[in-house]
Amino acid sequence: MKKFWIALPLAALALSACVTINIYFPAAAAEKAADKIIEEVWQMQQSDKPATVKETK
Amino acid sequence: MKKLLRYTTAMLTLTVSLNVMAAADLEVNTPGVNAIKSSMQARHAQLSAYYASGAVGLTADGMIALRDASAVPMAARQSVNALVAAENQDRGALYAEIANANAHPEWQAEIRSTFGQRWIQRAQPGWWVQSNGGWMQK
Repeated sequence: MKKFWIALPLAALALSACVTINIYFPAAAAEKAADKIIEEVWQMQQSDKPATVKETK
Repeated sequence: MKKLLRYTTAMLTLTVSLNVMAAADLEVNTPGVNAIKSSMQARHAQLSAYYASGAVGLTADGMIALRDASAVPMAARQSVNALVAAENQDRGALYAEIANANAHPEWQAEIRSTFGQRWIQRAQPGWWVQSNGGWMQK
């Protein structure tokens, strides 16, 4: 029974970690995705003007 | 004790794998996104002249707008209006499609504003873009 009290908080922590990460909007990834689509729609050179994206993670 | 160790390891593996998945790029390579993209690509051939003349400008909210109707010959005005409306419809659909493709429909507003900034940042010199509510030439 003691094991249960160790495993339970662990499981809760593991689950909450997944949820927390998934709610946040991935701003850096969105900028990259936007740039890729903009380049294609406007048919620009790929190396034209790279986004000044700073990875926060 | 052995069981607990196994359980903990399994839980840790699961957490790590889920985190890696969540940290991955925003998914934009779906049939829906690609269809909208090619429709916008084709329309751009007609729109680019109007961006250059200043008749059409890029708005801060990721759309386009007829900025100066007098820069368009009378005969072409109706077709420009139709182009702007069709483009905005595609853009709205694109933002919604990306949000839905990533299973986060609530991200639509953030995706739209990210695109708004990037369209403006990458606009060509001479094009008109909206900044702080007013129009500005790049």
